[in-house]
Amino acid sequence: MYQEIILDHYREKHHSGLRDPYGAQVQHVNPTCGDEVMLRVQLDGDRVVDVSYEGVGCSISQASTSVMSDLVIGRSVADALALHEEFTEMMHSRGELEPDEDRLEDAIAFIGVAKFPARVKCALLGWSAFKDAAAQALATTKES
Amino acid sequence: MSYDVELIRADFPILNRRVGEYPLAYLDSANTSQKPQVVIDAMVDHYERHNANVARAMHMLGAEASSAFEGGREKVAAFIGANRTEEVVFTKNASEALNLAAHTLGAELGPGDEVVISVMEHHSNIVPWQLLCARTGATLRWFDITDDGRLDLVGAAAENLINARTRIVSLTWVSNVLGTVNPITEIAAQAHAVGAVVVVDGSQAVPQLTTSVTELGADLVAFTGHKMVGPTGIGALWGRYDLLAALPPFLGGGEMIEIVKMTGSTFAPPPYRFEAGTPPIAEAVGLGAAAEYLGELGMADVAAHERAITTYALDVLQQIEGLRVLGTTSIGPEGRGGAVSFTLATRDGLDIHPHDVMTFLDSRGVAVRGGHHCARPLHERLGITASSRASFYLYTLEREVDQLVDALTYTRDFFGRVA
Repeated sequence: MYQEIILDHYREKHHSGLRDPYGAQVQHVNPTCGDEVMLRVQLDGDRVVDVSYEGVGCSISQASTSVMSDLVIGRSVADALALHEEFTEMMHSRGELEPDEDRLEDAIAFIGVAKFPARVKCALLGWSAFKDAAAQALATTKES
Repeated sequence: MSYDVELIRADFPILNRRVGEYPLAYLDSANTSQKPQVVIDAMVDHYERHNANVARAMHMLGAEASSAFEGGREKVAAFIGANRTEEVVFTKNASEALNLAAHTLGAELGPGDEVVISVMEHHSNIVPWQLLCARTGATLRWFDITDDGRLDLVGAAAENLINARTRIVSLTWVSNVLGTVNPITEIAAQAHAVGAVVVVDGSQAVPQLTTSVTELGADLVAFTGHKMVGPTGIGALWGRYDLLAALPPFLGGGEMIEIVKMTGSTFAPPPYRFEAGTPPIAEAVGLGAAAEYLGELGMADVAAHERAITTYALDVLQQIEGLRVLGTTSIGPEGRGGAVSFTLATRDGLDIHPHDVMTFLDSRGVAVRGGHHCARPLHERLGITASSRASFYLYTLEREVDQLVDALTYTRDFFGRVA
């Protein structure tokens, strides 16, 4: 389950550090293990222009957040949320799903984690935070 | 008869399990202990032959079940050196026992009163007191720890932590993270001198040390069955009888009453006042068998083995480059519990998260716990978010500790390899 891609992202987290400006900021925690991420999303219309974050936690949660930020920045919110759905489905497949590498890119490395039920939540932490922050940022945009 | 770990392990069928190509090294007994065949058999026999409700069923099986349930209480009372069997209240676990203590002792607390706990407590000895203080307006105060993981008694004296306003002092006897053995008797004497009641969380201590509640100095002692080779679903609160008799009820329901009228009810004497509803009957039978099993092994020998295996583990673990043990790194005259928590980093200084450590160890047959071990304030005090914990018990072998050391070295080198 600990593929090279995961370790690379753990050692060199892409897009990490909290940046301005941002449309929404959320904090998500995994109370059973203490993994935490503070994550910001900045939208331009319906496009994700930045995702920035600070987190503490295991290599799976940290690397997954890094991979997620690579994937969603530059996409429309709708497409980014569709990726969230696809990733979540892969993580709940107990490792039996054949992931779409064209869509999920580095995130397919986490298919091995899907075989460890106790660790699935680690891989989903950053993605859940993104979904939450994107929805809040979108709501703020529509209000103004 | 000398203490023969291999012979003892034959009593625990689960210890024969394998994890893939590795033998299971179960080093998570501070989380829950494994169960000997006699405990499993006692519970199966109860369900197969004697099952009925207790106290209220008047038929033959009811009498057998009641006598088996009360027999469990007698064995537990004898095991902890209680003066009277009625001093043992069965609960569902140590958390419920501590909640019972907080609710009943705290019934008359108000603003200006103080409750004292410590930063090394398990959440189950923190949250009930936080809730109590929020309800009553009382103030929660904390013992800090020293850098080597002991209660900071000097700091506590300097800030007059235990004083005339102190109503309750609740402390763990043995830390579930640091293994520290706290000087309960000394602190109890201080607390009693100002008229405070002393509650002790004995969850980690009662399974490992010879317990004599009459000598400990505490007024109430909470502990749990599943950490002392007994079943889950049952714990206990021991209390001095005169104190228990003066406390109000906790949960209301069947079995805890004397007379119920529409205008109000009167309550049963201890321990029944605190045991509303059908209790954990088969679990009490199992816990009685567990207490008897430990008594036959001899708690002095169990404690000596715990000390020996912990000494060995502290020695070999500290030889691993990048591994740092939290708290006490040697066994002092007061002893040390068999839980060793640590952090692990690669040679180039990358901290390996405890959940990654745990998963790697699991894949090599070694079961440990990774996280904050229900002691988040303690980890915050130590400046870390989480740690890994290996914990040992009466069946732990040196070769299991060696398996842990090999797996840790492998993990460190895996994360440390240059990509």
